[in-house]
Amino acid sequence: MKKHIRTAETHPLTWRLNQSYSNIVWASEYCKKNGYSALHIMLKNMIPKDVVQMITESKLRGRGGAGFYTGIKWSLMPQKKDYQARYLLCNADEMEPGTYKDRLLLEKLPHQLLEGMIIAGFAIEASMGYIFLRGEYIDAAYNLKRAILEARKLGYLGKNILGTNFNFDIVLHTGAGRYICGEETALINSLEGNRPNPRIKPPFPALIGLWGKPTCVNNVETLSNIPSIILNGVSWYKEISLSDDTGTKLMGFSGQVNNPGVWEVPFGISARELLEDYAGGMKKGFVLKAWQPGGASTDFLLPETLDVKMDFSSIANIGSRFGTGVAMVVDHTVSIVSLVLNLEKFFARESCGLCTPCREGLPWIVKILQSFENGSATINDLDILEDLCFQLGPGKTLCAHAPGAIQPLQSAIKLFQLDFKKCIMNINQKMSDTRNKTNSIFELFL
Amino acid sequence: MLNNKLNDIELYKIIEETKHYEDKKAASIEALKIVQNSRGWISDQLMYEISAILCISVSQLEEIATFYSQIYRQPVGRNIIKYCDSVVCYMMGCNKIQLILEDILKIKPGCTTIDHKFTLLPISCLGNCDKAPVLMINSITYSNVNSTCIPILLEKCK
Repeated sequence: MKKHIRTAETHPLTWRLNQSYSNIVWASEYCKKNGYSALHIMLKNMIPKDVVQMITESKLRGRGGAGFYTGIKWSLMPQKKDYQARYLLCNADEMEPGTYKDRLLLEKLPHQLLEGMIIAGFAIEASMGYIFLRGEYIDAAYNLKRAILEARKLGYLGKNILGTNFNFDIVLHTGAGRYICGEETALINSLEGNRPNPRIKPPFPALIGLWGKPTCVNNVETLSNIPSIILNGVSWYKEISLSDDTGTKLMGFSGQVNNPGVWEVPFGISARELLEDYAGGMKKGFVLKAWQPGGASTDFLLPETLDVKMDFSSIANIGSRFGTGVAMVVDHTVSIVSLVLNLEKFFARESCGLCTPCREGLPWIVKILQSFENGSATINDLDILEDLCFQLGPGKTLCAHAPGAIQPLQSAIKLFQLDFKKCIMNINQKMSDTRNKTNSIFELFL
Repeated sequence: MLNNKLNDIELYKIIEETKHYEDKKAASIEALKIVQNSRGWISDQLMYEISAILCISVSQLEEIATFYSQIYRQPVGRNIIKYCDSVVCYMMGCNKIQLILEDILKIKPGCTTIDHKFTLLPISCLGNCDKAPVLMINSITYSNVNSTCIPILLEKCK
């Protein structure tokens, strides 16, 4: 396993944590370790336009999964000053199965997120920021609340921050357990106290968002990246990466590996390096069968693709999606059909039910996969599954829930068609056995 | 005896919560959670009470209350046990964990024990996949759980 020394220059997100990530960095430690200095520098020397310009130049991409450029997202906010209020939303509704990166930042480094939010709030000229935290992250809620109070006491939140005329405050809003709330517009609906159905886009939240006001929604990891970019500059941020996507990323491996976990690594590191050097390789007695690069809604990949660079375009080139960048191994003991069934059950359970293809299609997929597992599927069922993958694909539903749900399924059918067909062959075998038995009984009577 | 009127503390907490938003309605989830924390679940009568403070109709509040997995509209046990059944926990043996829990508690997921001590529920990824399988009892997350530690954890519950 790789031992690495974390420094502010090489590990901007996690260098303040100790080797085992066990300490919580409260205000005193955070300030001692360069914390809030980016905010001081920005308020002294920059206007909102400069900050947006800097983040655009840094080519920081959203870390929530979609990978949209943060600077461009910020610049979509209306330039006119005639809006009474603008909002910044931090998407901390991390519920994608297999993803656990934001939890670390929320629980251990709350001030880094707050500083990122204050800077982002200044850049988009927002007066209020909400952290939409999933209800199950109870420790994170406690730590964030304490951090907000600390920041307010130190004068980093509230009116006239650091003697300027910039006013900004942050409120922690906790959810109550639904995956769909992580979708940008569903999150806005949920925060408003409506049923969290996704909204039709356009209009985009940048124009009409929370309570009809201009709103910007950013992921926890995205916002946590902001202070170090302001502090160290654009060229440094580009240089620490090994690929076209800039900066570092929290990546990990879970499943039957020796040292499952999450690490801050530069973009462009190979998946093999991550699996072997960081995660310590596969556990003894387990062979790698497949892997998912970035959460439950990404396509499966085969072991021979492990030398791929971990970044948005390289993963897309081999037919999957970088997603949240936190990977998972599937070992040889796991039946791919039952694994996909588990994934699809999750997506069917979490569909908000607004669009018919998603509401009706996902439970149908679950039923068919169950028939594969209990040996009652026919070859026709495989065709139906493939057809459903098409019917639930991109552009046919309001949000990305259904298209995300079918990605692991369609890749599993493509890569492991034999596993699916074996389930069908079992039933055929059983049928012919029964036929032979019946025939022999008839023969007795003859 | 169930009291179907909100008490002063609940009222104060809900009103404080509404101050964070442009529209009182946004405090719906938090209001439901405040009441649920003190009473365990939300009765029909309490739904009327909460909706009146938030100035919304009961059906609007019902939309919220029935959508989320953490809001209970029927009585639950004193201890809520949630086992993660998402993909990594599944590979690391959450089915076994579920069977052990069913066996000890003698209930199926979604049900409450006769003595109202436990309610068993499945939950989606708790963000501890590197320490799977994971279990959440009330507000505490337990990782790397196995067949030996589950009876000990249940023993600790009230």
